[in-house]
Amino acid sequence: MIKKRYILNFPPDSGDKAFTYHLVKDYDIRINILKAEVFPGKRGSLLLELQGKKENIEKGVEYIQSHKIICESLDKRIHFEENRCIDCGNCTAVCFAGALTMNRKSWKLEFDKSKCVVCELCIPACPLKLFKIDFQ
Amino acid sequence: MSKVKTYEEINRKLKSGEAVVLTAEEVAKMAKELTPEEIVEKVDVVTTATFGAMCSSGAIINFGHASPPIRMEKIRLNGVPCYEGLAAVDSYIGATACGPERPEYGGAHVIQDLLDGKDVLLEAWGKGTDCYPRKHIRTWININTINEFTLFNPRNAYQNYNVAVNTTQTMKHTYMGTLLPNLRNATYSTSGELSPLLNDPEFRTIGLGTRIFLGGAQGFVVWPGTQFHTTRPKNNFGIPTTNAATIAVIGNLKEMSSDYIQAAYFEKYGVSMFVGIGIPIPVLDADIARRVSINNSQIETSVLDYGTVGTPKLGQVTYEELKSGSIEVQGKKVRTAPVASLAKARKIAGELKNWLIKGSFEVSKPVQMFPANTSLNGLKETEAKND
Repeated sequence: MIKKRYILNFPPDSGDKAFTYHLVKDYDIRINILKAEVFPGKRGSLLLELQGKKENIEKGVEYIQSHKIICESLDKRIHFEENRCIDCGNCTAVCFAGALTMNRKSWKLEFDKSKCVVCELCIPACPLKLFKIDFQ
Repeated sequence: MSKVKTYEEINRKLKSGEAVVLTAEEVAKMAKELTPEEIVEKVDVVTTATFGAMCSSGAIINFGHASPPIRMEKIRLNGVPCYEGLAAVDSYIGATACGPERPEYGGAHVIQDLLDGKDVLLEAWGKGTDCYPRKHIRTWININTINEFTLFNPRNAYQNYNVAVNTTQTMKHTYMGTLLPNLRNATYSTSGELSPLLNDPEFRTIGLGTRIFLGGAQGFVVWPGTQFHTTRPKNNFGIPTTNAATIAVIGNLKEMSSDYIQAAYFEKYGVSMFVGIGIPIPVLDADIARRVSINNSQIETSVLDYGTVGTPKLGQVTYEELKSGSIEVQGKKVRTAPVASLAKARKIAGELKNWLIKGSFEVSKPVQMFPANTSLNGLKETEAKND
């Protein structure tokens, strides 16, 4: 069993298919919807956490992608200019998901992207503007 | 009677490579086993450091004279307004200055761009005089074309600072970072037991002329910082429990590095600048040894509600509690986060320690000590008629 987060971007004409139903029913994947934005007639974006057998998740992702939906793992959509980070801690103040934390020994920033819920609060909170998340 | 050392003795030991130099964190650990009397025997210098956003910072720049010359009476660097009331081609660019059309780029960014060797657009206007006939100039400058480029910060290295929380229902954007509603986070900014002015709370060794680490180069303490307040309430360890004294510092930006000077933009607040400062404290006697031995459990600070006008105090906590990850405020467990970099402060304390050990940096006796018994005025408003 693995657990992984994906961002799905739906084209305007894909609203009539029950993808999440098929992921559960056909691929035995447990789904947790963490974030959803729908702009009717334009596009929609979803942040999903998929839990299941590795091969089932791979097949489920292929199934989604075969319907012209972009499905990419979350960590590919999070851009963080780590080499410029000064470890000030401002982003950890707003990260209630616990993805951004300070190592309590080295006091350096640790970023566990798998915990990110794309609340996007870190983007303005970083005084050096080092975060970018490609959700839509 | 315990040992007493002089600055000269310590500098002789530094030159000959016999001096023992520790960081304030190392000596705080040592103090769990040794008394101040034993520490003064063993340790000669203790290095302290901080790397936080310090808004009261800026740079003095002399642009050099163009031909024909101009008396610069309005000056912009990459669109950021600079002070124009200093002779013809002298200016001061404040870290927090910015043009209205680009609020996220300010004086601190101009300073950092120059520091990084980038070209910066200088535009200036003058009325034209007999000796300065020119009325306008627009040209690129960089760190090599300008003459003096001096960091002069009127208020840095605050001796302790408050913890910020927000009891209201709405998110608050402050210089202490983003404060979530309903006491969902607490931010703090001092490097605690490593912080310079917490290791010499009575200013026995820090004064006018103290040689320091500033932005990666050698700098100096040149004056008490603005809002220099020495009569704040103190705890049992002689530590003020809220923001108290400060220092004004100066140094040559041409020798500094953007590893230790970093421009910053705080959302819906404005521009500021992270400044790296390290101060060596000579362990002259047992009293100083006791002061530099202070640890995070002995340093307390006030928790203030930044969401409410007047920032009421909600409690008092130690840095040990703050660094544990959560504090208790109004009976509620509140997650803590730093907004100043302890990792960078440690790097600075380590770097300064190396300079001292190598004999390339001396401790200096202040030319003049700072005043005691100072307090602050608020701004009392009196009626100012529009006539």
